Amino acid sequence: MELILALGIGVLVASGVWLILRPRTFQVIIGLSLIAYAVNLFIFAMGRLRVGAPPALTSTEAIDAAQYTDPVPQALVLTAIVISFALTALFLVVLLAARGLTGTDHVDGREPSE
Amino acid sequence: MSGLADHLVILPIILPLVVAAAMLLFDERRRRLKAGLSLLTVAGILAASVALLYDAATGPAGVGAFQVYALGNWAAPFGIVLVADQLSALMLVLSSTLGAGALLFALARWDGAGPRFHALFLLLLMGVNGAVLTGDLFNLFVFVELMLAASYGLVLHGSGEERVRAGLHYIAINLGASMLFLIGVSLIYGTAGTLNMADLADRIPDLSDKVRPLFELGCAILAMAFLIKASAWPLGFWLPRTYAAASAPVAALLAIMSKVGVYALVRLSLLLFGPAAGASAGFGGDWLLAAGLATIAFGTVGALGARELTRAVGFSIMISSGTVLAALGLGDERALAGALFYMAGSTLAAGALYLLAEILARDDREDAEDSSEQVFADEYQDPFDQETREDAIAIPLTVAVLGGAFLACTLTLAGLPPLAGFIGKLAIFIGALPPGGAGAGWSGWSTVALLTLSSLGVLICLARFGVAELWVPAEEPSPMVRPVEFAALAGLIGAVLLLTVLGGRVMDYMDQTVAGLERPGEYVSAVLGAEIR
Repeated sequence: MELILALGIGVLVASGVWLILRPRTFQVIIGLSLIAYAVNLFIFAMGRLRVGAPPALTSTEAIDAAQYTDPVPQALVLTAIVISFALTALFLVVLLAARGLTGTDHVDGREPSE
Repeated sequence: MSGLADHLVILPIILPLVVAAAMLLFDERRRRLKAGLSLLTVAGILAASVALLYDAATGPAGVGAFQVYALGNWAAPFGIVLVADQLSALMLVLSSTLGAGALLFALARWDGAGPRFHALFLLLLMGVNGAVLTGDLFNLFVFVELMLAASYGLVLHGSGEERVRAGLHYIAINLGASMLFLIGVSLIYGTAGTLNMADLADRIPDLSDKVRPLFELGCAILAMAFLIKASAWPLGFWLPRTYAAASAPVAALLAIMSKVGVYALVRLSLLLFGPAAGASAGFGGDWLLAAGLATIAFGTVGALGARELTRAVGFSIMISSGTVLAALGLGDERALAGALFYMAGSTLAAGALYLLAEILARDDREDAEDSSEQVFADEYQDPFDQETREDAIAIPLTVAVLGGAFLACTLTLAGLPPLAGFIGKLAIFIGALPPGGAGAGWSGWSTVALLTLSSLGVLICLARFGVAELWVPAEEPSPMVRPVEFAALAGLIGAVLLLTVLGGRVMDYMDQTVAGLERPGEYVSAVLGAEIR
């Protein structure tokens, strides 16, 4: 499971970095989204990978902490997802405005001269 | 303790948040109401910040100097805390002074150039205030994102092709930086098991050798995110262009934003990597020094090459960030206190210069006037409000007044006597070159040399613009300044002069601030031992 998760994060980041270095704004926004997904998975993995362990306590009696998974990274992921989603949406609006004002979807707002 | 005074710490965050949210309920045409609400709010934040500064300056030293506010009344390592100490209070006063100046200037006409200016303005202030008050790393991320989200909207305020183009780069770069921020924070959590800054500082000496490299990697990645925001070389190429493209009052407010990155670096490196940090003590200091020196050099060259005044101011903001980073990297208390002093003066002066640049550009060219008129002719300009707007008046000796303001800003940014910048730079020199000449290595000498060169560069560059804008024989009529715009300018210049007149006491305050930062143990015991009411 660790290998699959690590590979997944690695592939997402590699694709994302390649895409944000491309000259078109749409490629940049997809690249940023992919990196955001990878980062969210990474935060989740920082709570250690556990199968079948609940993050929330169900009783008030003394418990064995080893039976539970860490809830903090899961809460952090939730916040990070919301923020990156909102800012990606905002970036999309700016991207469309730039396309409308400059007439090109190049990140510099003009086509490179040949 | 009395009830209301306890909640002073959270006021600079909660006040703009509530007012900004309430403002969304009002129509864009009620501009007068919105302007009044914003003014009152900013005045409230300013009063609260000054009260906190006063408390910090006169309060007891040691553990008692920290005002710890437990949100939701949860004890420190589990709940999120706000911590007001001297550095936080200094940043609060700086941001609200600059905010008040920028807001006054915007009231003359810029607030009508686009939708929801006042709400975004207050949210930006709230983000800055939250970022400097919080005592939790993830909370810091949230406040920085709030600040950035509001700034994305404000950079585009007034629209236009250049703003959208510069804004696109600005947003893309900062979204990338936020990802680095998150990776750093989660690595720190994964290795140290806490995000509370005080708890973190407590745990660092006991980290096992197996996780320490990973932990330091996380801190380095986090520092990259802050260095991007502080626009250190080579991560800060976005700053001069974005700030030059933004409308004048927004650019003045943005001048404080790059300092939030600087604040975070100062706070975290002194808290986490002080002498008590065991094997990690002094982590990253050399890198900060190198980055700071490179930023000063790049900013100087950039300012000399700038062809517009607004760009030159952007480069001088980079120099001011670089100065603090270099002083932090030097690891000398005196130098850091001087750098903080210089940062306060130069940030105010840079904000005032952005406002001045807009006034001076008004009579520059016919087409410039046309393009700014276009901005104001868009759909958000309320036709019924025209007669209530104050008309521009010709203040007697306008050019002389503007020239005096320009001179004050130039002297402060270049760090020449008799104004505030000089006091700061002198303290850095004294700190970098200990008396007797012994012990000042290459780092001290190169800092002094670069700072001197940067003073010369900024002086040449700004004097060139001053001559071109103010000393040319006046064929066209002198620029018209509205009374509120004049008040904004006078306020910011007045703050710089106040900083100079009270130089000795402010310098004492900076010394106390740095001395407090150098004793992270007190911060830790104040936060972790805070009583829950």
